[in-house]
Amino acid sequence: MAQHKVNYLQDGGAPIKLTTIDKLVNFGRSNSLWPMTYGLACCAIEMMATGASRYDFDRFGTIFRASPRQSDVLIIAGTLTKKHAEFMRRLYDQMPDPKWVISMGSCANTGGMFNTYATVQGADRIIPVDIYLPGCAPRPETLQYALMTLQKKIRKESIFRAHKKKRLV
Amino acid sequence: MRQYKSKTDVQRKSYFSDRFFVSPNVSREDITKDEIFNADFEKFSQAINVEDAYVEHTHLVIHINKNALLAAMKLLKEELEYDMLIELSAIDYLAKRDGYELFYEMLSLSKHKRLRIKCFLQKDETVESLTSLFNSANWSEREMYDMLGVKVVNHPNMKRIIMPDDWYDHPLRKTYPLQGDEAASWYEVDKIFGKEARDIIGPEQRDPAAIDRYDTTRFARLGHEVPYETDISEFEPETAISYQEEDISGIMKKLKPEESVVLKRRR
Repeated sequence: MAQHKVNYLQDGGAPIKLTTIDKLVNFGRSNSLWPMTYGLACCAIEMMATGASRYDFDRFGTIFRASPRQSDVLIIAGTLTKKHAEFMRRLYDQMPDPKWVISMGSCANTGGMFNTYATVQGADRIIPVDIYLPGCAPRPETLQYALMTLQKKIRKESIFRAHKKKRLV
Repeated sequence: MRQYKSKTDVQRKSYFSDRFFVSPNVSREDITKDEIFNADFEKFSQAINVEDAYVEHTHLVIHINKNALLAAMKLLKEELEYDMLIELSAIDYLAKRDGYELFYEMLSLSKHKRLRIKCFLQKDETVESLTSLFNSANWSEREMYDMLGVKVVNHPNMKRIIMPDDWYDHPLRKTYPLQGDEAASWYEVDKIFGKEARDIIGPEQRDPAAIDRYDTTRFARLGHEVPYETDISEFEPETAISYQEEDISGIMKKLKPEESVVLKRRR
């Protein structure tokens, strides 16, 4: 009998890992962040480069999806105009929870150099943003770093606590 | 090497020179110098009443009355072989002359010549659409309406082309503020959340030098500034380089830096 006895609390022999639900769920969430294929301006070129073979987003489990209903991350890559703001909000609303937003580049952060009548002065007027990524346009490494920072952030979250809303909307 | 220019009064020069582009005065030449233009203009002036005409930058410029526009374009297209309408738009002269100056750029592929028709439009007047002659006029006229508010009649699809349909005012008018009027600054908030959300979201922040002391902890807070080159890292927590999940190493393999191989050059 003794040889079949498994010591569940000891690491060795048995294929058992002890962990918490939080860690397991966050492990899954953070390592399969699927962003939406959504480029608004020149930042989208850097986003494409990040997704392509040289920088290779796939190794983070980050695969671009063509539908908001399949994605977790919205990367606002480029200038958000007032005409388009409505559509971006709709796309954001179509994404299932939990969802995160990376605001990529100066234009999405603050309106950037487009201090004009037609540009939204910061995408966070429309949707809550998790990570602000500086640069004009940010290099692919920067976007990778933003994604890794977002992963870190997700790993700190708890699934039992309700998502703390960043702001009103 | 470039020739050296004295830079002693560079700052003063820029201070006293015009801040914005001032279009240079272009010399106007006589039409009779160019044979093709001369022949074209003779034919044109017999049919259409011409207010002014000259050659400018190798373009023949003809000012006509706006009521004769459609007839003039028809003549140019069908008889004088100016078969392409390159561009049309309007210039805002609302302050000076209470109207718009419309210009129509034409190109003749057979003659290799360019021609510009100009006409003046009072503020409340309308202009005839050229879509029956040139398809390229369709979008240009919509843009002209969208940006400047010039009203075009007999257009098949007269609505805004660049700005959203419910936009207020015409942004390319000289009286339109660059950073937008009241309606523009709240446009996206009103449309998405409704007017009630204005108080919650707040006005646009357009000051590039704005400081918010609660914005970030990395910069010196107002009233807590330190002299340049002071080491402020004392209470900063150490941020170790960590990426993969530490505790689920059974599922994910963690690469140890000391076991990894660094390539000297690209393979």
